[in-house]
Formats: sequence, structure tokens, C-alpha cells
Amino acid sequence: MKTYTGHSSALDFAQPEPVDMASGKYVRLWQGPQHPGITGNMSLELILDGDTIIDCKTHVGYLHRGFEKLMERRTFIQNFTVVCRIAVPEPTFNEYLYSHAVETLSGIEVPERAIWLRTMNLELMRLASFLMWIGGQGGAFGQYTVANWTIAYRDFVLDLFEEMTGARIYHMYIVPGGVRAGLPDGFEKRARDIMDGAEKMLEQVERVMFNNVVFKARSKGLGVITPDMIDPYGIVGPNARACGFARDLRKDEPYLAYDQLDFEVITGSDSDAYERAYLRLQETRQCINLIRQCLDRMPTDGPFQADMPNVLHWKIPAGETYVKAECTRGEYGYYMVTDGSEFVRRVHVRGPSYTHAIAVMERLAVGNNIADIAGLMVSLHTYPPEIER
Amino acid sequence: MNEMLERLKRDFNISDIIERKPRLTTLTVSKQSAETLLRELRDREGYTHLNFITCIDYIEDNIFTLVYVLHNYDKKHSLSVHVNISRDNEEMVSIHTLWAQAWTYQRELREMYGIRFPGSPRLDEDFCLEGWDQIPPMRREFDTKKFSEERFGHREGRHSDVPREHMKVELYPNRGGDEK
Amino acid sequence: MFKKSLNTEDTLENAGLTIEEQQLFSNARPQAYEPYPIKAVEDFANWARANSLWILAFGTGCGAIELRPLMTARFDANRFGVAGRPTPRQSSVFVIGGYASVKTLKRIVRSYEQMQGPKFVIALGICPVNGGMYFDSYNTVNQFDQYLPVDLYITGCMPRPEVLIAGIMELQNMIKAGKCDGANRYVENFDWYKANQKKVIKNWDMPDYNW
Repeated sequence: MKTYTGHSSALDFAQPEPVDMASGKYVRLWQGPQHPGITGNMSLELILDGDTIIDCKTHVGYLHRGFEKLMERRTFIQNFTVVCRIAVPEPTFNEYLYSHAVETLSGIEVPERAIWLRTMNLELMRLASFLMWIGGQGGAFGQYTVANWTIAYRDFVLDLFEEMTGARIYHMYIVPGGVRAGLPDGFEKRARDIMDGAEKMLEQVERVMFNNVVFKARSKGLGVITPDMIDPYGIVGPNARACGFARDLRKDEPYLAYDQLDFEVITGSDSDAYERAYLRLQETRQCINLIRQCLDRMPTDGPFQADMPNVLHWKIPAGETYVKAECTRGEYGYYMVTDGSEFVRRVHVRGPSYTHAIAVMERLAVGNNIADIAGLMVSLHTYPPEIER
Repeated sequence: MNEMLERLKRDFNISDIIERKPRLTTLTVSKQSAETLLRELRDREGYTHLNFITCIDYIEDNIFTLVYVLHNYDKKHSLSVHVNISRDNEEMVSIHTLWAQAWTYQRELREMYGIRFPGSPRLDEDFCLEGWDQIPPMRREFDTKKFSEERFGHREGRHSDVPREHMKVELYPNRGGDEK
Repeated sequence: MFKKSLNTEDTLENAGLTIEEQQLFSNARPQAYEPYPIKAVEDFANWARANSLWILAFGTGCGAIELRPLMTARFDANRFGVAGRPTPRQSSVFVIGGYASVKTLKRIVRSYEQMQGPKFVIALGICPVNGGMYFDSYNTVNQFDQYLPVDLYITGCMPRPEVLIAGIMELQNMIKAGKCDGANRYVENFDWYKANQKKVIKNWDMPDYNW
């Protein structure tokens, strides 16, 4: 039996010694909600000693809509329209996990073609999200050209989404029971062209961003996550894989069609900002490869939605389940409890940024130069909406 | 797995063991043994990853059910530990010394449900809500629609088409009663 | 062309600040700006304002996700003179991207009041109109124009970048016609707006007008 060795000084970061602000030596600065250097609408309250940060507190709640309360007031089929707005830049995983939780609890089997369509939809979403992230990481260190390239190219992937689902950002495509429609004609050719173009663009991005002396100097050694921080802080996703832990839910607990696709889990050696960024670039390329495999192997006919009960009178037997998927940032989970009525009893959404942005960020920020905080925050890949839902 | 559950039943008196999926098992433990059970699961059984801590409000039984979901990366198995605490005296032992991320979840539960975790760092700091002057909002007696209409008002002109009403009144008026 | 200096009875209370802080913040009321007396100069000024709409970079909600593609080469808002600025002192358009939670509303008010007039507000999405799909949420406001004056609504969930560009062109036409006076409306009905804000924002620890 393996024994556990946690990190004992975690409390020093959670509740540090109060700083004597009256001495005039320290400055309290808010890298606040209206700031181009944070990944969305949240704020950091920093205490600085010169240019070095000695204390950091994360403030969230600017995007709190009370989803878990709203979902208790809506029936099962009404909920599927709201869940995609929980994680704004990457909405599809919410749709998939909600549908999967409802299907697990009510015993509905999803047909084969729908499984492949869902897989491809999720991988396209992963590609779009990573392209935006690469732009954000470059932009955080001043390389706005890279941001312009990747965010502009991401628009072509959003065009694919529009063909497939009808909308650019909030697709509402993955419903309980399957998906809403099949693929239009000519989709495969257009998708392959866009994947080829994406690969060429990523080569240029690698040359411009990852071989750049300034990027390397600023990001190497920034925000190092040591292996003994992973389990106490619950760090998941590329942040943990960059440390050497080969944990990927697509390989460990395969869901959808991932057991029929071949890919390797990419790991790094020691997790600083540069290593994490490079790992994500490689995962983007892996994602393009997976999309090509999906296009090759997908069945072209068959039903895309299972027979559903009457959704207006849908009661699901009492039960409880926890479903998870591997999104770009790590393990995304939905915990659902039903009690036999038409309304869901309790839904809890576990976003990976919950710990990355609060406990881990407050710890990693200490000791850094204030100019690097934006880069550090983007390298942890945090999205505020899924923290406070 | 079964051997581990037998051992835990003997030592910690767990009950209500239900296997929801091949990779997820639910169990209930009493409030007194909860912290030692979690420590045992973390240290000796390999459940080192805390997925989340959440709470279900069973207002009809007058209890809060705290749910701790732990994951074992080697066996690839999850355990969902339920702890029932009273709704009138909502207090639970804090596990911030077991996992370094747990204090954030406990802070959120304090704000949303009003549950106290004595000793947890920064417990009374605002998490999501600012200037909140009502009861903790996730409790089931809090009516969110009524509050939203009183505090924020309501703009006229909103029109709802409820399919059930439409079917009852327009399409099948002679049917009578809800069909299952 | 601006109002004369204020009477002393016309100042704000600033009840939310401590005594030391009240020395640091101004307690003057906001002033409305009047158009230039010569119409040709005013037309020229409106043309200049319309063709250099600088947006404050504050992603207040969901709508922010479509602002970034707007600035890239495909939709290119830069050819309309639109650029993103990091500080309210240099921007003239505030884009409310979707819903506004109570905590964000306080910061929106603070940033809006720090902007220099003439300033305009564009509300994206259905949530500022009547609450949208969060109509029963305890933390989002239902009618945004009770708290700040809105000049243009762009509906959708999310509005596409093409619709955003159409909205910007409509705003430009409104400014050139001289009909865009959200900032003056705010000053004239200042007490009403402030009372609505204070009804919703309970922890008012900032001055009554953030100059």
C-alpha cells in the first residue's frame, strides 16, 4: 500500500501572516476585473514589495449566476439549454456531461453514430479552445501577432461548428439521447482542409513563439508546480501532465469513442510555464490527428438519436452519479442527484479551474515579478466562469 | 474492493453501500467517524485525489448531506462519502489539513448553505456574493424567482409558450388529465 | 460651453466613505456637456467621435468571447476606428457583454463614471433587456437600463461579430446625427440612477460619483 505524503505548508499560503501596511513599505494593488492581463472576469488582490509579490488573494464571483439553484427549478430538458453557458469559452463539455449524466441515470443507450459525432464535436471544441489559449499565452508576454493568427484561424473552426450545429459558440448540439443532427454534405472535405491549414499555422506559431528568446527567458522557471503539489491541490490536466503524471481520462477511463482511437498521453518533465505551453501545443497537434481519425472511422449512416421518452413528462428514477470528461484544462465533472420527480435534485459542476485559479494561483504567485503574473495565470489555463458557475 | 469495504464496515461502521457504476460506489458514514475515514482512505487505501465537496439539502428530512468524492488513480475507482448533518446546527469537522484545496470548497459551502467548518482558513470571507443580506441562497427555502422579482424588477412583454398548456387547451381539449 | 462652477449645495454626500477617504475623493456632481455653438464644428466633432470609438477592455460576461474575433483580420473592427483600450480614461464605448451580476455591476458603474464624456454604452445580448435566461437568478440584474443609460442594444445569444459590426455602424450613424446622449441622460436623471444602483449594490464603499 502506498502511503501519502502531502505538503504541510499549504496553510502558510492559504492564511499567511498579515502584512504591516502602515509601514509604507508595501503597496496593495488590485489586478482587478477590468484588466487586460487576467483570463476573464476575476481579480487578484496583490501586495507588493517593490516589484515582487508577497501575497496574493483571488477574488471570484463576478460571473456568479447561481446555476446550481437555477437548475433545480427547471425540468431535465429545460436544463440542457442553460448548461452550456457555465464555461463560456468551452461550452460543449457541459452539454456532453449533462447529457451523459441524465442518460446514465435513466438508462438510455446512445447509438453508435451519435457517439462518433459527439467525439468529433468535443475534439473540435478542444482545438478551438487551445487555439484561443495559445493566443492568450503569447499575448500575455507581449506577442500579439501570435494572438492574431490563432484567434483568426479559430474562426474557421467556428465555421465548421456553424455547419455542424447551427451556432458558433453555444451549440446546443449534444442532447440527452444523442445529437441533434448529422453532418451536412461536403463537411468532411472542408474539415480536412481546415485541419491541414491549422497544422501549417501551428508550425509558424512554434517557430515564432516557442523559439523566441524573450518568451523562453520569461517563461522558463515561472510558476513551477512540484510533484508533491499535485494531489493535495487536486491539480489535473496539462498542469499535472507537465509534471510527469500520465493522467488522462481519455486513456484511463475511456468514454465515447476514445477506446477506438489511437493516441498517446503526452507528458513533460518539470512543470513550469514553458513546459506547460509546449505540452499544450503538442496536444493541439494531437487533437488535429484525432479529428482526422474521427473523420476516417465515423459510420456514415444510422440513427443519431436514441428513442427518448416524452421529454415534457420525463421523470427519472432516484439515483446519483458522477460523470467526468477530459477537457482542455483537465477533469471536468458533473455530479447529479435525482429523486424521482420531474426536476433534478442537485447538480454540482466541478470545473478544473476551481483549484487552479484560487489555491494554486495564490501559492504560485508569491515571489514573482508583477510583470509575469498575467503569463502565469494564462499558463495555468483558468476560466473564471466555471469557478463560480 | 469488497475486502476493503468489509474492512471499512468493521472499523468505521459505514452503511448504505451502493455501487452506482463499476467505477463509483456510494457509502454513508456518521459525522463522528467521517474525518478519520477520509484520512484512512487517503493515506492507506490510495484515494488521494479529492474531486469536490458538495452538499444536498434534504429539507423534508431536516438534514444536510455533505458529499465528499474521492478518486483512486491506481485502481481508477471513485468513492462518494455521504455525511448527514443536522439542518438546525450545521457544523462539520474541517478537513483543510487533509487536502490543501479543501478550504475553498468549505468557504463556498459556508456562503451557499451556512455550514460552519471550525478552523478552516478564511471561512467567513465572501466568495461569490457581495453584500448579501438574505439567508444562504442554496438552501431550499430560499425562493430565487421571488427574490429576483422583488430586488431586480421585471420587464413587461415577456411571453411564454408552455407546450403542455398549448396541447391541453388547443390540440387535445377533450382528453382530460395528464398522460404518463 | 461647459456649465459654470458648482454651487456648494449641489454636492454629493459620499456616505459610503470614511472621514479620511472623503478628503481624497471629489464630491462634485457630474456635469452634462453641451454641443458646440457652431453647428459645423459640432458636426465635425461628431464625425471624429464616431470614427474613433475606443472600447474599454472589460469582459463583463459571456459577450466578451465574441469581441476577440472581432478584432482579428476576418472581421477587422480596426477599419471602423474601433480599438480596445485598457483604461477607462482613454475609452469612449462601454460594451456590456451580456448579463451583469451584482458584483460586476458595481465595477461597471465605477468604470463607466471614470470614462470621460461623450461616452456611449452598447448592451449585447438578451440578458440586459429582461434578464434573459437568468431571469430568476438571485445574482443577475434583470433590467440593465435602470442602472446605466444604454444607447444601443444588440440582441442575440451570442451576437455574431457581423451583428456587432452592424451595431457599431448604427452607433456611428446615431452619433453623427447628434442623437447619442446617454451620458447627458445619466447626468440629468442622476438621482434616479443612483437610487436604483444603491438599491441593488449593498456594500457601497466608493464615492457617489467616481470621477
